Amino acid sequence: MKKIWILARMTFREAIRRRIVLTGLVLGILFLVVYSIGFRMIFTEISRENARDGGTAFALVAQNEMSNFLLLAGLYAVAFLSVAMGALLSADTLAGEISSGTIQTIVTKPLRRSDVVLGKWLAFAGLLALYLLLMSGGTVLSVFFQSGYLPRNLLSGLSLIYLEALLVMTFSLACSSAMPALATGGMVFGLYGLAFIGGWIEQIGAIFNNQTAVQVGIATSLLFPTEAIWRRATFEMQSALGAVLQMTPFVTLSVPNLLMVVYAVLYLLIALAAAVRIFQNRDM
Amino acid sequence: MSVAAIETEQLRKVFGDHAAVKGLTLQVAQGEVFGFLGPNGAGKTTSIKMLLGLVVPTSGKASLLGAPIGDRATLARVGFLPEHFRFQDWLTAGEFLGLHGELLGLEGQALKTRRDELLERVGLAPFRNKQLRTFSKGMLQRIGLAQALLNHPALVFLDEPTSGLDPVGRHLVRDVIHELRNEGTCVFLNSHLLSEIEVTCDRVAFIRHGEVVRVLDLASLNGNQSVVSICASGLTAAMVSEMARWGRDIQANGEQLTLTVHNEASIPEITRYLVAQGANVFAISPSRLSLEDIFIETVGKDGGL
Repeated sequence: MKKIWILARMTFREAIRRRIVLTGLVLGILFLVVYSIGFRMIFTEISRENARDGGTAFALVAQNEMSNFLLLAGLYAVAFLSVAMGALLSADTLAGEISSGTIQTIVTKPLRRSDVVLGKWLAFAGLLALYLLLMSGGTVLSVFFQSGYLPRNLLSGLSLIYLEALLVMTFSLACSSAMPALATGGMVFGLYGLAFIGGWIEQIGAIFNNQTAVQVGIATSLLFPTEAIWRRATFEMQSALGAVLQMTPFVTLSVPNLLMVVYAVLYLLIALAAAVRIFQNRDM
Repeated sequence: MSVAAIETEQLRKVFGDHAAVKGLTLQVAQGEVFGFLGPNGAGKTTSIKMLLGLVVPTSGKASLLGAPIGDRATLARVGFLPEHFRFQDWLTAGEFLGLHGELLGLEGQALKTRRDELLERVGLAPFRNKQLRTFSKGMLQRIGLAQALLNHPALVFLDEPTSGLDPVGRHLVRDVIHELRNEGTCVFLNSHLLSEIEVTCDRVAFIRHGEVVRVLDLASLNGNQSVVSICASGLTAAMVSEMARWGRDIQANGEQLTLTVHNEASIPEITRYLVAQGANVFAISPSRLSLEDIFIETVGKDGGL
């Protein structure tokens, strides 16, 4: 356990020294600034329209819906960036250390090889949590301070986004224990894209009650549950009215059930076990 | 009798359809400085990697300090300097030793003391706060050597420890190996530099195609077969012929006299004789029968290709 902690600290320090943390922080803040300005401009327009309409109840509802839409749009970008961050953090970590040979002085110390994998995983999970906290916290607070709007089930929504990023990071780590970084990146983003398009096929299939299309979507979600988890997150956070009116791209029509969330957690654990297993049996 | 530092029996590693190590059978005693010699591609590094658990053997048995390879408790008593010395270059020299010390189970003041001691020993104390990415190849090798010694190991593997070093660095490595020998540490040295092996090792194994083809005791080699070159003026024919008492293959050429002595211990006696006879002796230097000659004789001129 102690060795895991030592290796996690090492990995964390590596992220700081290699300016990964700094880059994430600077670009994250830039993202939040641009997002806040955009939100301000749109929200000002809506408020002006509302004032002209005399502030009817309908206008207020529309304002709320627009805030929800813009918040989910922001969080969608945040979720994607977190996924990318997760994939990039771990894609080269094991593969790179094996090919450069830096791993040799580490794994010949009195420790389990699993300590190396778990230590790195722990550090990346911490970095992702910090990143997501900064990005989603900034987005939510920006919307809240400008419009007073807070989504429903914020905590479970954000937890699901974290699960999505963790899942991608863990899967990428497992690939990284077996193949080079570029192949890992191709694999992870290929599957991510597949799940993304599968999710849309499922959504549109649901509109037309096409069962086959829905099943195609579910199948891609089983292959890589990222999009399903994202849609579950939006389902948690979308406005009650929006769900009924079905009027934005972030309204979830075919809702992945809780079983899919359980599946994603299992998927993550199996990916982690695979990462450990492959790394243990590899020649270095 | 104490357990062997290294013991292997028909250790074998096959990559695809290529046997990198065919069947390594070897015994290295504790406290011994053992040289591992062989041409490129003879399987030296793969053998070391198997012993350290980096590479899983295809078949065969091996033990380090009496425990089967891969035993974690044993690795706490082993040091390793890998070839190419690629390390976590975003760490400072001090942090690097701190990290590896912690992984070895050292902590607190004991770790700090040992770290500072080793930084001093390898001459990197002034660079302790510099990141390794600013280090030259020679400096990396030094910090790697320090890393291998953190735990006062009973057994140290040095894979090409002097390949990137300037003469000063090589001298340092040689001194460190002598110190380790005096402390009773077993050193397993993989090197191409035969002169290096010659001055540091007690025994050497010649490897070809992943098999031990010959094990040689360097001490016995030295005692019996030393070529002595003498540089002296005033040498007479009588003096030269008198040399037959101590050696053979006597050759005299002006002020140069060479002979192969039966025993290095007779050199002082030869010196006394020449001086007593009125010769002015400027230099006497014994040189062992070149390990290079034996190397080529053993692995063949083709280098085992």
